[in-house]
Amino acid sequence: MRRCRRLLAGVAATLSVEALVAGCDRAPSTLSPVGPKSDFTTWAWWGLFAVAAFVCCIIIGLTVLAGVVRRRSTKVKTGEGRTFVMVCGVILPGIVFAGVFALSVGGLVATSEPSHKPAMTVDVVGHQWWWEFHYQGTSAVTANELHVPVGTSVELRLRTHDVIHSFWIPQVMPKMDLLPRRINKTWLSVDHPGTYRGECAEYCGVQHAHMDFALVAQSQSDFRSWLQRQEQDAATPTTTSEQQGMQFFTSASCSTCHTIRGTSAHGQLGPDLTHVGSRPSLAAGLIPNDVGHMSGWIANSQAVKPGNLMPPQHLSPSDLHDVVAYLQSLK
Amino acid sequence: MTQLTPPRTGTDADIETLSTVADSLEASTRYDVLPERGAAEATVGAALDAEWEEEPGLWGFITTVNHKRIGRRYLVTAGFFFMLAGINALVMRTQLAGPNNSIISPEIYDQLFTMHGTMMIFFFATPFNSGFGNFFLPLMIGTRDMAFPRLNALSYWIFLFSGIFMFTGEAMRVAPDAGWFAYVPLSNEYSPQLNLDFYSLGLLFLAVSSTVGAMNLVITFLKMRAPGMSLNRVPPFVWGIVTQSFMLVFALPPLDLANLMLFLDRRLGMRFFDTAKGGDAVLWQHLFWLFGHPDVYIIVLPAMGIVSSIIPTFSRRSILAYPYVVLATVATGIISFGVWVHHMFAVGLSDVSLTFFSAATLTISVPAGIQMFAWLGTMWRGRVVLSPAMLYAMSFIITFVIGGVTGVMFAVVPFDQQVTDSYFVVAHFHYVLFGGAVMPMLGGLFYWWPKLTGRMTSHKGGVISAVLIFVGFQVTFFPMHIQGLLGMPRRIYTYPAGYGWGTYNLIETIGAYVLAFGFLWTLFVFAQSLLSGPVAPDDPWGGNTLEWATGSPPKAYNFPVIPTVHSLNPLWDGRTLQSMVDHRHDDQRTMTEVHRTLRTSELDGRIERVMSMPGETVQPLLVAAFLTMTVCFLLADIMLAAAVAVGLMGLVIAWWMWNRPEIDEPAP
Repeated sequence: MRRCRRLLAGVAATLSVEALVAGCDRAPSTLSPVGPKSDFTTWAWWGLFAVAAFVCCIIIGLTVLAGVVRRRSTKVKTGEGRTFVMVCGVILPGIVFAGVFALSVGGLVATSEPSHKPAMTVDVVGHQWWWEFHYQGTSAVTANELHVPVGTSVELRLRTHDVIHSFWIPQVMPKMDLLPRRINKTWLSVDHPGTYRGECAEYCGVQHAHMDFALVAQSQSDFRSWLQRQEQDAATPTTTSEQQGMQFFTSASCSTCHTIRGTSAHGQLGPDLTHVGSRPSLAAGLIPNDVGHMSGWIANSQAVKPGNLMPPQHLSPSDLHDVVAYLQSLK
Repeated sequence: MTQLTPPRTGTDADIETLSTVADSLEASTRYDVLPERGAAEATVGAALDAEWEEEPGLWGFITTVNHKRIGRRYLVTAGFFFMLAGINALVMRTQLAGPNNSIISPEIYDQLFTMHGTMMIFFFATPFNSGFGNFFLPLMIGTRDMAFPRLNALSYWIFLFSGIFMFTGEAMRVAPDAGWFAYVPLSNEYSPQLNLDFYSLGLLFLAVSSTVGAMNLVITFLKMRAPGMSLNRVPPFVWGIVTQSFMLVFALPPLDLANLMLFLDRRLGMRFFDTAKGGDAVLWQHLFWLFGHPDVYIIVLPAMGIVSSIIPTFSRRSILAYPYVVLATVATGIISFGVWVHHMFAVGLSDVSLTFFSAATLTISVPAGIQMFAWLGTMWRGRVVLSPAMLYAMSFIITFVIGGVTGVMFAVVPFDQQVTDSYFVVAHFHYVLFGGAVMPMLGGLFYWWPKLTGRMTSHKGGVISAVLIFVGFQVTFFPMHIQGLLGMPRRIYTYPAGYGWGTYNLIETIGAYVLAFGFLWTLFVFAQSLLSGPVAPDDPWGGNTLEWATGSPPKAYNFPVIPTVHSLNPLWDGRTLQSMVDHRHDDQRTMTEVHRTLRTSELDGRIERVMSMPGETVQPLLVAAFLTMTVCFLLADIMLAAAVAVGLMGLVIAWWMWNRPEIDEPAP
C-alpha cells in the first residue's frame, strides 16, 4: 500500500515537473540558438517551415476539398491536364527548389569556416560512452565538460577512440561525426555565457543514451582562470582520509585505467580524474557529482549505467569512504 | 439481383458518361459475373479447369507455383512480420512513455529498434509490395502466371525461411543490435556475439529471394503482356512494380557486397572495414546507403502505383497526364541512385560533394511533385467516391506531402546536420514510409480484397479503420518533429526529465496505442469479411484495369481467353472485354492444352508465341530448405556441413534445370 502510494506520488511529481518545464528553455532546443551556426539553422528552419506549411496547406486543402466538393458533382471535366501537372509539379517546385539550393550553398559557405581565425584548438575524443577534451598547447584534459570563452571561435578536432560517435550541441552547432583514424575539423562559437547540453547523436552502443557533455561558455577572464586551474597537477591531499584515499587509488586497480596528474596513476582507458572534484556531474552527465553518487558509482557503476566499461569495485566501506573523500578534494 | 448495364461503346466520350453512371459502391448493382467473361468461361472454362486444377491438401500447398497463391502467401507472411515488428515498436514506445523508465534493459531496447527497422524495411515493406506485384501484375497485364513460376515459389520460400531465421535471433535474445544500418566498427569488432551474424547472413539470405523475385517480375512485364498492351497502355501500378524490380536488381549488389565483407571481417578475420589495418569504416556507409536510399523508393514506388490504381477507379476518371506519371516513376528510380550521400552529411565529406548531393536531393523531389499533382488533378476532374480505399489514398497524399516537405529541408546541408539523427528524422521517414507505403498498402488491401479473397469488406468498418489509422499515425509521429527540434537524439533507450521531452513522448505513446488499436480493428474487419462477408462480384468498384475482368477470386488460369487490350483503361473502353467473347474459339487465345500462355513483344505487345508453363513441383521448396541449412551451418560455424548443404542444393538445381517445360512452339 505504501509502495503504491509512493509510486503514485512519483508519477504525480513527474507529471507536474514535466508540465512545468514543458515550455521552459532548459531544453537543448535548436530553436533557441546561442551561436552563429545554430543561428543559421534556426533562421533556415523558420524560412523552410513557412514555405513547407504553405505547400502543405494547399495540397491538404485540395485533397480534402476534392473529397467534399467533387463527391457531389455530376459534371466530369475532360482533357488530359498535362499543362496543369507540368506547371504545378515541375515549374513551381523548380523555382522553390532553386531557392532552397541557394540556401543550402549559402549555409555551407556561412558555416564551414568561422569569420575570425580560431583563437584556440580543442581535441575531442569520443569514447564508449564519454567525452575527452584536450586543450591544445596546454596540459589540461577534461571529461564530459568543455569550457570555451564567449564570443571566440574555437577549433575542434574530432576523433574517436573506438566506434563512430557524433558531436552535437543543438543550441550551438550542428552535428559532426567522429570517425576511426580520421580527424574531422570543425568549429564553434558561443554568443552568451551559460551551460549548454551536448550529446552524442550517432548510435554507439548500449549506453548511447547516456553520452552527454556540458558546454560551459564563460567570459574570457573566467575561462582563463579555469584553464589555469585545470593545467595544474592534482591537489595534494590534506586530511588523513584523503591521504589514505590517494594511497589506495594509486596502489589499487583504479590507476590502471585513470590518470591523476601529479601522482603515479597514469591509466589511459578511463577519464582523467585530475580535477574530478570540480566537475558538476559524473558518468557523462548521468548523475550529479557528490559523495553519495560517487560512492555508488565506484561500488557498482553497472547498476547506474548498465554496460559501461568500468567494472564494479569491491571496496571495504572505509576504503570507499577514503577514495571518495580524496577524489572529491580534487577541485 | 438487379443487373445494371454500364454503357460500353468505346470512345472517350463514353468513358466520361460511364464515369457519371457507374459510381455506386453497392455490389448488388453490378454483375456477379461479367457477361463477357461468362461467355468465355462457358466455351473453354471446363477444359481449362481440368488442365489447371491443383492438387489438394498439404502436397498441393507445398508444391504450388500459382502466382496468386504465392502472392497471397507473401501478403500474409509479410503482414505477420509487420505485426511482430510493430509489437517491437510498441514495446519501445512503452519504454519511452516517461523519462528514466526502465521497463526493458538497454540491450533489449537496442535489439528492438534494430529489429523494428530491419524487419519493417526488409521483411515487411519490400515483400508486401512483392505480394501485390505477384498477385496483380500478371492479372493486370493479362497473362496466366509469372514468367518463371518455379522461381516465384523459390523466392517465397526463401523469404519465409529468412524471416523465421531473423526472428529466431530475436527469440534467442541475440538479435542484431547495431541499428538497421549496422555501422562498422560498432557492428564489427565491437559486437563479438552472434547478433550481427544474424544480420549479415539473414540479409544475404533474403537478398537471394528479392533478386530472383525482381528479375521474375521484370521478365513477366517485358514478355507476357496481353496482345495490344503496348508500353503506353501499361497501368501505373505495373510501372511502379517494374521500376522497383529494376531498382532491386541494381541496388541489392552493394548491400550484398557489404554484408559479405562484414561476414568475412567478423568470421574469417579479414579487414575490409578495419581502419587500423588499412580498411575503411566509411566504405560501409557508402555501400549501405548506395542501397539504402534507392530502397526508400523500392518501398514507395509500388505503393504509389497502388494509389495510381485506386484514385482513377474512385474518381471515375482516367489518370491525369499518364505519360508524366510513368516518366516520373522511372525517373525516380534512376535519380534515387544518386542521392545516397544525404544520409552522410555529418560524416565530414568535402563541401563539393555535399553541394552535389544537396542538388540531387532536390531533383528527386520533382517527380514526386508530378505524381502528386496528377493524383490531385484526377480527383478534381473526376467524381470522388469516398470508399475505404480512397480514404486511405487521400490519407497517403496528406501524410506523404508532409514527409515530402521535410525531405526537401534535408537538402539544406547545415539544417540536415542540425536535425539528422534526431527525432525530427524519425518523424520524417515515418511520414514517408508509413504515409508513403503502409497507407497505400492498406488502401490496396481494401481495394483488392474482393479479388484476393472473393469477399466484400464492410464499408463502415473500412472507413473506421482508415480514420483510426490516420489519427493514430498523426498523434504518434507529428510531435516527433518538435521533439527533434528540441534536441532529442534518436536511438536512446531513455531520456532525462526536465527537457520538455516527456510530454511529447507520452502523447506519442498514446498515439502508438491508438494506431495499434486501428490495426487490430482492421484485422477484425478483414476477418469478419472472410467469415461472413458478402460474396464479391467480378468488378465491384467499376475498376479500369484488367484484373477486374477475372473472377473474384480469379480462376487458376486467370483469363479463359487472353483479351486484346485496346486502351489504358481496358475495362472502360468496351472493346477489350468484347475481345474475350470474339476470341473464345481461337485456340491461340484459349490454349486449353497443358499449361500455356502467350509470349508477346517487349514494346508493342505483339504476339510472338504460345509458350508452355511448368506445373506444380517440390523443387523450389527443396532448394530453399538446403539454402536455409547452409545459412544455419554458416551461423553455427560448421563449415563442412554448410558445404554439404550447398552440394545438395546444387543437385536439386541440376534436377530443376533438367526438368524444363517443353520448348516454345512457334506461333501458327
